[in-house]
Amino acid sequence: MSALMKSTRDAYGEVLAELSSDERIVVLDADTSTSTRTNKFAAKSPNRFFNVGCAEQNMIATAAGFAYAGKIAIATAYAIFATGRPWEQIRSFVAHDKLNVKIIVTHAGLTNGPDGASHQSLEDIAVLRVIPNITIIVPADAEETRQAIHTAVELDGPFYIRLSRAESPVIFDSSYKFKLGKGTIVKDGDDVTIIAAGNMVAKALEAANILAKDGEKARVVNLPTVKPIDRDLILAAAKETGAIVTAEEHNIYGGLGSAIAEVVSTREPVYMEFVGVLDRFGQTGETEDLYKTYGLTSENIAAAAKRVISRKNDESRVR
Amino acid sequence: MIPKENIKKFLDKSYSIRKHVLEMTTQAGSGHPGGSLSCVDVLVALYFHVMQHNPKNPNWPNRDRFVLSKGHAAPTLYAVLAEAGYIPIEELKNLRKLGSMLQGHPDRNRVPGVENSSGSLGNGLAIANGMALAAKIDGRPYRVYVLLGDGECQEGLVWEAAMFAAHYKIDNLTAIIDRNGLQIDGPTEQVMSIEPLASKWKSFGWNVIEVDGHDILAIIEACEKAKLVRGGPTVIIAHLIKGRGVSFMEWVTSFHGKTLTEEQCEKALQELDAWYRGMVAG
Repeated sequence: MSALMKSTRDAYGEVLAELSSDERIVVLDADTSTSTRTNKFAAKSPNRFFNVGCAEQNMIATAAGFAYAGKIAIATAYAIFATGRPWEQIRSFVAHDKLNVKIIVTHAGLTNGPDGASHQSLEDIAVLRVIPNITIIVPADAEETRQAIHTAVELDGPFYIRLSRAESPVIFDSSYKFKLGKGTIVKDGDDVTIIAAGNMVAKALEAANILAKDGEKARVVNLPTVKPIDRDLILAAAKETGAIVTAEEHNIYGGLGSAIAEVVSTREPVYMEFVGVLDRFGQTGETEDLYKTYGLTSENIAAAAKRVISRKNDESRVR
Repeated sequence: MIPKENIKKFLDKSYSIRKHVLEMTTQAGSGHPGGSLSCVDVLVALYFHVMQHNPKNPNWPNRDRFVLSKGHAAPTLYAVLAEAGYIPIEELKNLRKLGSMLQGHPDRNRVPGVENSSGSLGNGLAIANGMALAAKIDGRPYRVYVLLGDGECQEGLVWEAAMFAAHYKIDNLTAIIDRNGLQIDGPTEQVMSIEPLASKWKSFGWNVIEVDGHDILAIIEACEKAKLVRGGPTVIIAHLIKGRGVSFMEWVTSFHGKTLTEEQCEKALQELDAWYRGMVAG
């Protein structure tokens, strides 16, 4: 992990500039093109960029129309507005008809800090995860964003890619290979596994360093594809480390942690801890301050790891 | 000029499709016969004259597209696709049966010739916009036709899409509104008034044509006029009668979402036969 900081939305803008010469692609935005960086595409290919104005349902349904006609349609807005308002258009057309619509959102989680609860998104993964046929990716940094978007464009079908407004540490360089549906062990250990996505991956790595000082060896898994989830990696982690902490910038209900618990509980039950927002709305604040307020810091992750390790050890003493 | 034998063909198709709709909805025991009968003549005009399409090659890239926005008229779309040769006529008896290609509302994954799944109201116009703009980007000659219900025009998304079509000057698009005046809870003007409908569309930047939608030649003429309009979209407000063709179903709200009994269906088919014989003689 380098000291370099970069937001995944800025990475998105660069990828869009790369993709702008691809005649198969159209990009739609709902009056947020400066903030989301789709203006980088609009500047290069104005004839294939469509601003729908403040109309997210129209954005998704029009994107569906483009896809029915054979185009690859990328639809972008803030995470909450691109999923909450047009949920049914996503469900009944994009997902049901397996359309080539890539919903790429920015300002996810608490990263739209100062705008407050209305503009933050702690529910989007949960509301999309219950819809069949959608692939959900939460990239951890700029490089993973770049590769995930290229993957989504080259594969048929609906994708949801969740990006941030806030700058976050650059974790991967170009030697990293994103594999759809697969997680990667970014740091190995056998006392506990911390499975994280998005901005929480960097925090999980910091948490592992905190734990190392106390002699606990944490495995850190980056799990960008929330759906379909990497069952093998999760089950191996449960078996080999006996305790799991999930870390996500989302409500603890229905997101990455829930998806992992669904796998672990059926095949390899171990104690788990869920680091995420505890069923609350966000509020105004700088993103890092909100992470502290809502319990999403590396210290919170390390503390959760200690709790789950201690439960695991108590259990083995009883046995 | 449309040759006489074509006019006879329209009449034959209009009769056969109505008969299929009555039989299949009665057999299924649920569905929307009223709003299916209202739009039969519009679909006959589109599929048997106006649109360029090929039942032997449903995915022909240059085909004109038909987007059914009012998905509850699925029985009519299915009957039209069967009469046009996309699906076997025997398939119609499987409407709404478990595992059938003919779901209660159209499923694109199951039926050749169905351009988009539907059933959720208010979405078709935006979908049609995307298809029409794709044609422009790809330099393809096709037009897009979309049929909306009148009650459906209460959905906000219809007006988001209406704004969009005018803004992007989408002139390879024709919207047709099935103005039959009734929705499931009653007359549109009592449930949630949509009038003055024509001036609403005009003020949104659309070219508006109003026709008697049961006059197939009038529908064809309106579609031909719409093709000549450049620089913006056209909407045809087709004044139609819910349950058209069966005296005791016409203007009756309850037949929006209720099917006929076996006896009612028999009576309806007799009426339809008499109407057809009269037209042929006539």
